[in-house]
Amino acid sequence: MKKIFSILILCALLLSIVSCGERNDTIDESLLRGEYTKDLEGTTLKVYNWGEYISDGAEGSLDVNAAFEKLTGIKVVYSTYDDNETMYSDLVSGANYYDIIIPSDYMIERLIREERLEQVDVRELSNYQFIDEQYKNLYFDPDNAYSVPYNVGMVGLIYNTTMVEGTIDSWEALWDEKYSGNILTFNNPRDAFALAQLILDQDLNTTDPADWDAAAALLKEQSPVLQARVMDEVFNKMEGGNAAMAPYYAGDYLLMKENNPDLAFAYPKEGVNIFCDSVCVPKGCQNYDAAVLYMNFLMEPEIALANAEALCYASPNTEVVSHEDYTYKDNKILYPSEEDMPKVQWFHDMDAKTVEYYETLWVDVLNS
Amino acid sequence: MKIFGKIYLGVIFAVMYLPLLVMVFFSFNASNSTATFTGFSLHWYEEMLRDSAAMDALKNTLLLAVVSTVIATILGTLAAVGIFGMRNKWFKTGVLSVSNVPMMNPDIVTGVSLMLLFAFVGRMLGAVESLGFFTILIAHVTFSLPYVVLNVLPKLMQTDPHLAEAAQDLGSTPIQAFFRVVLPSISSGVVSGALMAFTLSIDDFVISHYTSGSFTTLPLLIYTMTKKRVTPEMYAVCSCIFLSVLVLLLIMNLSQIRQAKKMSRISVIGKK
Repeated sequence: MKKIFSILILCALLLSIVSCGERNDTIDESLLRGEYTKDLEGTTLKVYNWGEYISDGAEGSLDVNAAFEKLTGIKVVYSTYDDNETMYSDLVSGANYYDIIIPSDYMIERLIREERLEQVDVRELSNYQFIDEQYKNLYFDPDNAYSVPYNVGMVGLIYNTTMVEGTIDSWEALWDEKYSGNILTFNNPRDAFALAQLILDQDLNTTDPADWDAAAALLKEQSPVLQARVMDEVFNKMEGGNAAMAPYYAGDYLLMKENNPDLAFAYPKEGVNIFCDSVCVPKGCQNYDAAVLYMNFLMEPEIALANAEALCYASPNTEVVSHEDYTYKDNKILYPSEEDMPKVQWFHDMDAKTVEYYETLWVDVLNS
Repeated sequence: MKIFGKIYLGVIFAVMYLPLLVMVFFSFNASNSTATFTGFSLHWYEEMLRDSAAMDALKNTLLLAVVSTVIATILGTLAAVGIFGMRNKWFKTGVLSVSNVPMMNPDIVTGVSLMLLFAFVGRMLGAVESLGFFTILIAHVTFSLPYVVLNVLPKLMQTDPHLAEAAQDLGSTPIQAFFRVVLPSISSGVVSGALMAFTLSIDDFVISHYTSGSFTTLPLLIYTMTKKRVTPEMYAVCSCIFLSVLVLLLIMNLSQIRQAKKMSRISVIGKK
C-alpha cells in the first residue's frame, strides 16, 4: 500500500510541476483590428492543425490559442496531425468533428470536391483585407469561398558552402557524382518525384504514365550518389555539416542557418514547388461562429506576426510583411523580389490511379 | 573468460544507457539544435515549463497513466484471483488465454478494432465526437490488464491456499480474509503489475493514435512534430520522465529490501 501511495505522490508532484507553467497570453488589445466580443464565452472550439504549426508560447513568443481564449472566453481544444493524409482520414472517419482545420492546397482541392468544407463568407472577415492579392483566388479555391491562407512556402536547395564549390543554380547538383555520399533528398514520393519532374521540365501534376516512368528512371540514377532520404532529419544533418546539400523548405533553411552559418540557399532555375496551407471550416463543425472568429483572429496582424516569427514560413499577410518589428522583413529568401521569383508549380490533388502508379514506381526507386 | 563477460556486460549497458545519456546531455544544449552542442544551459527546462502544448500533453499522459493503472490493477487482481479459484481446468485455461489476447495481439490490430468499435457505438448513440479521454482510457485498461493478471497469478500460486481458509476458520469473513491475508501475500505481484501497466500506458503510441480523438498524449504530440525539428525541449521533458521513473524504481527497490529484511527477521523469530 505504501508503494502505491508513493507512486501516487510522485504523480501528484509531477502534475504540480506541470501546472505551474505560465502562459504568455497577453496581447495589446489596442493593436487588434477586428472586433472580439465575449458573446460566445463558455463554448468550445476544436482546432486541428499540423504539429508545431502555431506560435505556442515557446521562447517568449505569444501563445496564440491562449490569447484567443482570454480575449473571447471560448475554450480552444487543440490537437495536431503529422500530414494531410492523416488529417483527411481522421476527418472522414466520422469519429471526430473539428471546427477548424489547416490543410495544404491539394488537400483543400480534394475536400472541396468531396464537399467536406463549409463555405465561409470572407466579407464577414474584417481582417481578410490584409491578405496579399497574390494569395487570393488560388487554384484550389478560386472564389475564396472556403479558405483563408495561413502560410506559404517554397522548396529550395540548401547547401553547405564549405563542401560545395561556387554557387548552385540547378536541381541537377543533387545528381552530381562529385558530391557522392553527401547528398540528401526527400523521403516521400511526391516531393522526390517533383525534383526529377522539374529537371525533365514536366508538369508536376501530369497523369501520363510515360512522364512518371521517365522521372522514376532519373530518380534511380540518383540513388548511387545519395547519402540518405530524409524528412525532418535534414535539420540535424545539415546543421551538423554531415551532408553537402538537401532540398527543403525556405523557411526551414533560415532556422538551420542560425545553427550553421556556412549554409547557403538557392531557388534552382528549373523552378520549384510552392505550397499554401489555409484555414478551413470542415462540415460537421459544431461552433461555426467561433470558427469564423478564429479565422479572423489568425489574420490579425499582431497574431499573424507572432506566427510568422515562430514558424519562419512566408506570411500571406501584407501587414506582417511590412511590419517594422518583423525579423524577416525584406528577407530575399522568404520574399523574393519579382525578378528573383523562381518559376513555381503547385501540387494538385491526384487521381487514385496516378497515385497508385507513382507509388509503385517509388518502391522500385527505393529498391534501386 | 571473465574479461569477456565484463566486456559483454559493458556493451549491453552501453547500448541500453548511452541513448539516455545522450538525450539528457542534449537537453542541456544552449542552442536549438539536437546535433551540435554549443554550451550548457537550463534554457530548455524553462521552455518546457512554458510550453503549454507539451505541458498539457504531459498532464494528459500522466492523468491517463494513473487512472488506467488504478483501474487495470484493481480489475486485473480481481481477475487473477477469480481465474486462480476456478475448478474446471479447461475453463480456466480458456479464460486465461482470452484475457491474454490483448497482449499477444499486434497493437495496430487492437487499436484499429477498438477505434471501429468506438466509432460504431458513438454513431449509434448519435454522438458528434465518439473518441476522447474515456475511449483512450478503456483502450489503455484493455491492453494493460493481461500484464497485471500475469504478474499476480504466479504470486497466488506461490501462496498457500489454506492460509485464507485458516483465516476464515479463525472467524474472519471471506472479504476480511482477502484483504488481510491474500492481498498482503500477493502485494509484490500487484505492485509490479501496476508498475508495468503504468509504463505501458505512458509510452503507448499505436493504440493511443487510433483511440484518442483530440486527447493528446506526449507520444502523440512528439509524433506530429514533423513540420519543424524536434527541439531539445522534448529531450528535457523525456529526461524528467526518465528521472521520475528512476526515482520510482529506487523507492520500490529500497522498500522491497526493507520488507525482505523484516520478513527474514520474522521467520527467525518464528523458528525460535
